[in-house]
Amino acid sequence: MPTLYESLGGQAAVDAAVDIFYRKMLADERVARFFEAVDMDRQAAKQKAFLTMVFGGPANYTGKDMTRAHSHLLRDGLNDTHVDIVIAHLGATLGELGVAQGLIAQVAAIAESVRDDILGRRGAGA
Amino acid sequence: MAELRYRGTVVQRGEDETVLDALERAGVAPPSSCRAGACQSCLLRARAGTPPADAQRGVRESLRLRGYFLACRARPDGDLELDDGDEDRQVEAEIVELGHLSDDVLGVRLMPRRAFEHRAGQYVTLRRHDGPSRSYSIASLPEAGALELHVRVVPGGAMSGWLAHTARVGDTVSLQGPAGDCFYLQDRPTQDLLLAGTGTGAAPLLGILRDALRHGHRGQVVVVHGARTHAGLYLEQAFSSLARAHANVRYHRAVLAGEPSDGVTVGPLDAVLSDLVPVPKDWGIVLCGDPGVVHAARRRVFLAGAAMADIRADAFVPTAAAPGLA
Ligand SMILES: Cc1cc2nc3c(=O)[nH]c(=O)nc-3n(C[C@H](O)[C@H](O)[C@H](O)COP(=O)(O)OP(=O)(O)OC[C@H]3O[C@@H](n4cnc5c(N)ncnc54)[C@H](O)[C@@H]3O)c2cc1C
Ligand code: HEM
Ligand code: FES
Repeated sequence: MPTLYESLGGQAAVDAAVDIFYRKMLADERVARFFEAVDMDRQAAKQKAFLTMVFGGPANYTGKDMTRAHSHLLRDGLNDTHVDIVIAHLGATLGELGVAQGLIAQVAAIAESVRDDILGRRGAGA
Repeated sequence: MAELRYRGTVVQRGEDETVLDALERAGVAPPSSCRAGACQSCLLRARAGTPPADAQRGVRESLRLRGYFLACRARPDGDLELDDGDEDRQVEAEIVELGHLSDDVLGVRLMPRRAFEHRAGQYVTLRRHDGPSRSYSIASLPEAGALELHVRVVPGGAMSGWLAHTARVGDTVSLQGPAGDCFYLQDRPTQDLLLAGTGTGAAPLLGILRDALRHGHRGQVVVVHGARTHAGLYLEQAFSSLARAHANVRYHRAVLAGEPSDGVTVGPLDAVLSDLVPVPKDWGIVLCGDPGVVHAARRRVFLAGAAMADIRADAFVPTAAAPGLA
């Protein structure tokens, strides 16, 4: 059975989704500020890392890495609502690319599974 | 905790320190300028140990594979044994021409003593002997032999001040590079191009325009040069005459203060760009010059539909002070 990543189309699917997804984030003033500080070159690479991970692709992040990557955003007020918004944009992006609803749900579930890491509610000191 | 060895000194990298910070603290600082990964002045080689991938972004592949990385971006977790890299990475170059292009912009021509492969629009890092290291973009085509650079004279500037007041034709500097991906892509002869920049950001744009024309580019080329006032539009003649000679080239000027007139718009560059090319989908876009303007323009064209892969930019990030030297 193909993996989720393979079903979505692998690296090519990540490449196709990254601009659409990132444009949605920058255009949404509820979350855009979190991305403003990061220069766009680097940010594009991070967006790819994000998509590869939630597509079930070859990413080797631990929950602790996710906590660390977002800890400075927590100080700027990152909360559950922002995670909801990101997951919604992710779904809309995949919808635009014609991805089947069942696969979109699987992607959303992976994103959901790191929510507590992103928001610093798991692991040491949380 | 990572241990760094460089020029016979051993230093432990502190919690939030970059390799550059740690080496400076130990008194063995390599050259540096922007401290933001933009100028490549701080390029070092890891002879042993693995430099972080993040610190190798933008470094040419041939160098990356040999362990070169940017000290100002590196926060390695493992030990590194460092050096300045091969001797032949630096090329001596002679100043063969030095003059004013406007009140505050110098035109400098440098003749490398050895072959120095480069593309118009890329940037090189200039090093004064025993002095500072600064990056400048190339306005000339490789066939010209000497590299043409446009240097804005910054009050108190270590490199630009030296070039303006002390350097003479016949003096030498060393060149490192080239780096950067702001150059003409020969495999897209019909793509529409938007070349925009502020101040001496016009230098790489002129280089790219020359390269596009030499290759008989068939798509349209829209050049937009922004400056605070009209006096800053130091390439008006060069761009105007290229636009007159080529039907597919348009030249626009944007100033922040002054009177609008034919071909001159008053307003910030990013706003002017979106008036000129409202939907830059499928356009090839190059943005150079002031970091704030480059950032705003890049964001604007991306949101308006340009693909990230079609936007290339060099922010002319100025020299930053080292931490602790307020
Ligand atoms: C990729 C890249 C390409 C570049 N290409 C060019 C080019 O083609 N032409 C060109 O003229 N410059 C270019 N620059 C900028 C150049 O590298 C130097 O930063 C600039 O010439 C100033 O160097 P300096 O030694 O004269 O002044 P410094 O000694 O570095 O600066 C003196 C003081 O002025 C401040 N300062 C300098 N510039 C500015 C500024 N713009 N805004 C605010 N403060 C400033 C510094 O922070 C410092 O306090 C480029 C930079 C980069 C990163
Ligand atoms: C929904 C689950 C999420 C996942 C799986 C996720 C995943 C990632 C990944 C893999 C990276 C790259 C880390 C690195 O290599 O450094 C990253 C970085 C980043 N994420 Fe998330 N993320 C999520 C939610 C969010 C949310 C809700 C926001 C803000 C609204 C956000 C903002 C950022 C920013 C700004 C960065 C770059 C940080 C930096 O380098 O400065 N993320 N994320
Ligand atoms: S790239 Fe490190 S100092 Fe400029």
